[in-house]
Amino acid sequence: MIHKFIFDDHRIVLDVNSGAVHLVDELTWHLLDDYPLLSPRDLVAKHSRCYPVSEVQEAVREIEELVREGLLFSPDPLNGHYEPACNEVVKALCLHLAHDCNLACRYCFAGQGHFGGPSGLMPLETGRQALDFLFAASGSRRHVEVDFFGGEPLLNFSVLQALVEYGRQRAAQLGKVIKFTVTTNALLLTPEVGRYLNENDLAVVLSLDGRQEIHDAMRIFPGGRGSYGRVLENISRFVSSRPGGEYYVRGTFTRHNLDFSRDVLHMADLGFEHISVEPVVAPYREEYALQPQDVPLICEEYEALTRQLLSRARKGQRINFFHFNIDLGGGPCLPKRLTGCGAGREYLAVSPEGKLYPCHQFVGRSEYCMGDVERGIVRPELVEEFRAAHVYNKDACRGCWARFYCSGGCHANAHAFHGNIFTPYEIACDLIKKRIECALYLKAALSSESA
Amino acid sequence: MGKHIKTISRPSLAKTVQGRGCGECQTSCQSACKTSCTVGNQACMKEDK
Repeated sequence: MIHKFIFDDHRIVLDVNSGAVHLVDELTWHLLDDYPLLSPRDLVAKHSRCYPVSEVQEAVREIEELVREGLLFSPDPLNGHYEPACNEVVKALCLHLAHDCNLACRYCFAGQGHFGGPSGLMPLETGRQALDFLFAASGSRRHVEVDFFGGEPLLNFSVLQALVEYGRQRAAQLGKVIKFTVTTNALLLTPEVGRYLNENDLAVVLSLDGRQEIHDAMRIFPGGRGSYGRVLENISRFVSSRPGGEYYVRGTFTRHNLDFSRDVLHMADLGFEHISVEPVVAPYREEYALQPQDVPLICEEYEALTRQLLSRARKGQRINFFHFNIDLGGGPCLPKRLTGCGAGREYLAVSPEGKLYPCHQFVGRSEYCMGDVERGIVRPELVEEFRAAHVYNKDACRGCWARFYCSGGCHANAHAFHGNIFTPYEIACDLIKKRIECALYLKAALSSESA
Repeated sequence: MGKHIKTISRPSLAKTVQGRGCGECQTSCQSACKTSCTVGNQACMKEDK
């Protein structure tokens, strides 16, 4: 199986099953359509009506050589069948330190941080039990991860600090490596908090939506005032204080800013290098929700952003737009690519009261409560359900050219739109395919210029 | 490098089946409310070693 597309006069071919990427000329572009259907002799006969015979013969030989090398029309290495490893372990937790928030963002999937329940902060003891559960459940896995999430996790900063200290101590005793990340709206990111995050090597995801009018339309204080000014001041100070430290400035685009490339570039112009701007996921009834008819416009916008990033890369400006990152030479192994999202099997979310859920987006959906930090997982059938949700078990993914890059999408989105985790959310499918094409084009364009 | 086809990358996903899937890599989250990991850009911890 191959996927081919044209982006600004570049004819790009992805060999889906090997991961090889090729730039081809116009003749080869046409030959590839017929190659699986015609003999070499018939190929030459057909296409020599439009191209010189010697050229067609030469191009056919090049295709045949790549087919022999397993870089074109390569077969599926697993022939469409995959049995997930039964020794999987939980290796990552999303700790909901606070079901409360100091903002009232209009698009918040967590219901202004409460997740449909009462507001509350995670007690230290619950957090320690969660870490104990993680260390035990991760078995022989060396690398474990904890993401402090909310609501706004910095509302519970003292518990965060105590858990980092406890987690690092226990990890050292157990011969493990623990990585901490905090996702914050930056309102409480004072110089002191920033220093702590730097000194303790926490990865940080900072919420900023882009241009002031875009950010302030959604990310508001409970009284309705926009938060851009304070947020930007705190993020700018913090980012400049951590050269080399891991961070992402991430935003959300909605139906109200389908020209979101301007928001990405706004953040780049503010001096941020690591940027992620993601499509809002919301029920169609919301006025800000993306609609199916918006997809062509959003795809055009991704193309516009791609051209802007390419232009800036040529001038030496580095912008690390998260969704266009792609590792063509290596990257994860095929088992990882087949399973994608770790929710419900190797990644769980913990509510402030210590209940376990498949991921942060399932928190509060009682039918998906899997157990708690004291007893561990008490509903193994849910783990099995998520383990089975790999790309070969999803009708929409099995024959999709993007399956080894997207890996099946977000289970929570699938469940929200279709009531099951096996039917992906269609808009996300369309958008990730476009982003992969943009990412491949960026690599191909820069590669051809450096050759 | 061919005259008609320029190969940009020549990985082999088939070779990543055996002896892999160790699970030491970063956990993926495809949710948009986090900085969702496009799986294709993740690093393999075995390759890093």
